Amino acid sequence: MKPFAYVRAGSVEEAAEAYATRPGARYLGGGTNLVDLMKLGVEEPRALIDVSRLPLDTVTELPDGSLRIGATVRNSDAAAHPAVRDRWPALSQALLAGASGQLRNTATTGGNLLQRTRCPYFQDVTKPCNKRQPGSGCGALDGVHRDHAVLGHSETCVATHPSDMAVALAALDARIELYGADGVRSVPADRFHRLPGDRPERDTEIRPGELVTGVVLPAATAGLPSLYRKARDRASYAFALASVAAVLRVEGGVVQQVGIAFGALAHRPWRAERAEAALLGAAPTRAAFEHALDLELEAARPLRDNAYKVPLARNIGVDVLTRLAPPAATDLT
Amino acid sequence: MGSQPHDATPGGAGASVPAETTESAESHHSDVTLRVNGTSRTLTLDHRRALLDVLREDLDLTGAKKGCDHGQCGACTVLVDGRRVNSCLLLAVSLDGREVVTVEGLGDGDGEVHPLQQAFLDRDAFQCGYCTPGQICSALGAVDEAAMGHPSHVTDPGRPSGRPMPLDRDEIRERLSGNLCRCGAYPHIVDAVEDVIR
Repeated sequence: MKPFAYVRAGSVEEAAEAYATRPGARYLGGGTNLVDLMKLGVEEPRALIDVSRLPLDTVTELPDGSLRIGATVRNSDAAAHPAVRDRWPALSQALLAGASGQLRNTATTGGNLLQRTRCPYFQDVTKPCNKRQPGSGCGALDGVHRDHAVLGHSETCVATHPSDMAVALAALDARIELYGADGVRSVPADRFHRLPGDRPERDTEIRPGELVTGVVLPAATAGLPSLYRKARDRASYAFALASVAAVLRVEGGVVQQVGIAFGALAHRPWRAERAEAALLGAAPTRAAFEHALDLELEAARPLRDNAYKVPLARNIGVDVLTRLAPPAATDLT
Repeated sequence: MGSQPHDATPGGAGASVPAETTESAESHHSDVTLRVNGTSRTLTLDHRRALLDVLREDLDLTGAKKGCDHGQCGACTVLVDGRRVNSCLLLAVSLDGREVVTVEGLGDGDGEVHPLQQAFLDRDAFQCGYCTPGQICSALGAVDEAAMGHPSHVTDPGRPSGRPMPLDRDEIRERLSGNLCRCGAYPHIVDAVEDVIR
């Protein structure tokens, strides 16, 4: 690891200023991914701007019925928060499905969003990786790629985004709040992460020096039935092979509102917009859910060794939607 | 050429000279004060050093173990401000002013071990013992989290918030999944944890 300067920021403004004046700076949140990447030589910051003690550590109910989770709220605290558990349960479930108790106690809301892929080629500096070193090639494309993308990938990168939390945020129509040189802005959670295209080194829409300050869960999905389900190689403490978050509102026997996002299938949480469009106004039957998710997954382009992900994602998606629908509705099949 | 992207600075070498000068003036060491097992310790530390290495190499507290050194095995688990964490992933410089408790700090100071340590002995909850300090610190953190009402992946989402979460065997197994035991002592570890929560 190369030596680096360390600055503990006392305010968001101070953090942004410290970042702007130090070439090669990185923000440090919980560090559970960044410090690991530094040990691996993937990240070589020349300065760390510690933002973990910024006063962004609270969960706040806003007057319009939305909920703001500050960027330094620990994953374990966000998952346990009564408002999150009661009104956006898929988020609590997604957080609890990720990592271990120790890591959730350290990892922050902002850092979770900005964690990097766990693609083994990205994490190994002796291997080619266009994300780590643009132009060096993709080792996974014809290599070990069982865990990799089936949707939205490119010739340059087939990595997936590893976050569980981000998948729930995408389905729940959350927004990501950012602070930067151009001021404050917010980005829809399902547009915060990018597809790789020919710029796989860019994971998100964040601008250089911008800082995640919080996440806002909207009133529009508050209190609706929502679920997160994750398939993985062992029962706990493993990254997803496929996961799904969904929120569903059924009234008058038809779907009035639906949000579906898949995890571990793409370079970003995959919002299933085509499936959602097919379900709006339809009766919430198992057959309708199967049809909608088959439509969505028509776009899948599996690699040599990960075709299993397509039926896996489809089946856990159908299961989650069926469980969210009123019991009588799914009997109609 | 291959390493150029890593070394390049925005604006190129010429443009970055003033910034380089500023940066080289910045120290790569800091004075850090940690309260470790009740004793305040002030050290001058290279920013690169992980809490685990400081505990083991500077403070002679070798209870916390280096297993994977990447936050995947839990052998390095200690309590910081009462919460269980992987000490291998924490930069010590970021912990200035924090309270650290290691397995060495769990007994009563008069030679009596902590009840959970005794339960591990009584239940034969280890074979080689390498993961044991991490298992014990993790279990203590997990028991406290449940008492504070923190749910886990296997907790019924309908269980009310803000009240202690009961720990059955499934809960204990899930909550300790961040601590690997290559000897496979898991059943007895769960027995030992059950002993102290009864």
